Amino acid sequence: MKKKLISGPYLAWMLIFSILPLFLVVWYALTAESEGERVFTLAHLSRVFEPIYLRVIWRSLRLALISTAFCFLLGYPVALILTSRHFKRHTILVVLVVLPMWMNFLARTYAWLTLLEKNGLINHILAFLHLPAMNILYTDAAVILGMVYNFLPFMILPIYSTLYKIDHSLIEAAEDLGATPLTTFRRVIFPQSLAGVLSGVIMVFMPAVTTFVISRLLGGGQYTLIGNMIEQQFLTTYDWGFGSALSLFLMALLLITGSVLMRSRGEEGGLW
Amino acid sequence: MVRSWGSRVYLALIFLFLYAPIAVLMVFSFNSARSRGVWGGFTLDWYAQLFQDRQIMSALYYTLLCALLAAVLATALGTVAAIGLSGMRGLPRLLASNLAYLPMINPDIVMGLSLMLLFISLKIPLGFVSMLLAHITFCLPFVIFSVLPKLKQTQTELYDAALDLGATPLYAYAKVIIPQIRPGIVTGFLLAFTMSIDDFVVSFFATGNGVTNVAITIYSMARRGMNPKINALLTIMFAGVILLLFIANRRLASDTKSKQSTLFTK
Repeated sequence: MKKKLISGPYLAWMLIFSILPLFLVVWYALTAESEGERVFTLAHLSRVFEPIYLRVIWRSLRLALISTAFCFLLGYPVALILTSRHFKRHTILVVLVVLPMWMNFLARTYAWLTLLEKNGLINHILAFLHLPAMNILYTDAAVILGMVYNFLPFMILPIYSTLYKIDHSLIEAAEDLGATPLTTFRRVIFPQSLAGVLSGVIMVFMPAVTTFVISRLLGGGQYTLIGNMIEQQFLTTYDWGFGSALSLFLMALLLITGSVLMRSRGEEGGLW
Repeated sequence: MVRSWGSRVYLALIFLFLYAPIAVLMVFSFNSARSRGVWGGFTLDWYAQLFQDRQIMSALYYTLLCALLAAVLATALGTVAAIGLSGMRGLPRLLASNLAYLPMINPDIVMGLSLMLLFISLKIPLGFVSMLLAHITFCLPFVIFSVLPKLKQTQTELYDAALDLGATPLYAYAKVIIPQIRPGIVTGFLLAFTMSIDDFVVSFFATGNGVTNVAITIYSMARRGMNPKINALLTIMFAGVILLLFIANRRLASDTKSKQSTLFTK
């Protein structure tokens, strides 16, 4: 009986610090100051759909999608290798995948400057090998690289955990029945890892589409994403109304992509 | 054999990709030239100067204090919440536990700015207190989702037996339930602590008045060129984490020998 009551402080906390702030965002997005009062308006929301802002939104989506695709292409083989029986000490390798995340992510991203600069480490190595220099710093490519670098573990881990749970006798059965390794992978292994792939896609796409730090550090000034635009509205131009409208739009976008992806995964539900 | 070699090389390349920036960061903490990208010889000067740098030391102080307080308070609040949630049934339970997902799925930028709006509306000055409140909020779900599964596994018969033997509910909880869910509480605390130490985005919006943490200091320095003292600080912190992991691993190994350890199993 009394047990129910003791979750009261938690509910109150969430109400004040999670629900109420979101209501404030909705409130600022849908109202504007007029003669000392806040009145209802759709002006902020309609501004979101102006071409200059749509271009930024499209660009954020594009970069996030490309990064997610790269994370999948690079990460899936890693997860596959980690679960293969060639490696006996795979738990240590999994720890090695996670370990970089304990170094502050801003500093890690910043360290890429040292590597990518015109006179940076990578170009020194390329020159030594008599290869042409690479100048991707402050371009889209650098932003994508930063996203893939930061979020790759988020793709590897969920795929690894689904692959790890696959019943090995199924794979042996496929082999006994004469399936080539490729067919075994295509028909037996991959379909069973789809849930992990989906979690990975969500866990990479969401932070990639909302980031403002990676684009600020590696993309230079002119490469703005939706995250940078929102940050500017709140901390530089103090246009809370438009900033809130952009945030509302971003949340709706993520909610829709999230639920579409979850639907495709079937009824089992649950993000993890 | 060939496949095995191929996968070894591939894995090595991926680890090179993941660790190259970290290696660069650490190497340049021993670099006597100040600018990045130029190697001027080995030095330990930055490590010595680090502890005299008042800006960095104050950022470190706020980071650690905030992480410790946020982890302790979130663990206390979250554990009590999990116990409460486990006693609820039906729709209220579903709603209340799904509420905990909110800070996890809400993009951190939206969480940061919406909390900033809240603090300004409630006239809570942006500074250490507002940062702490924000950190407790995003740490809470991690504690709840670490403790809840452990509560599901507890044997309620023991708790009922304690009550039959005349223990008060509170006493029975402290003596019977809490020891059984302790691994979940410890995991939740550690998760909360690391999440807090590493946070940039939420803190960036939720603080002000000269109160900064290490991440914000790095962000403001990054545009002017980062100070090698920060590299030194991060190298020490990273070494600390590896040491902690090593100790935890050793303890876990000796734990599993004597009794079944439940820290990392579901």
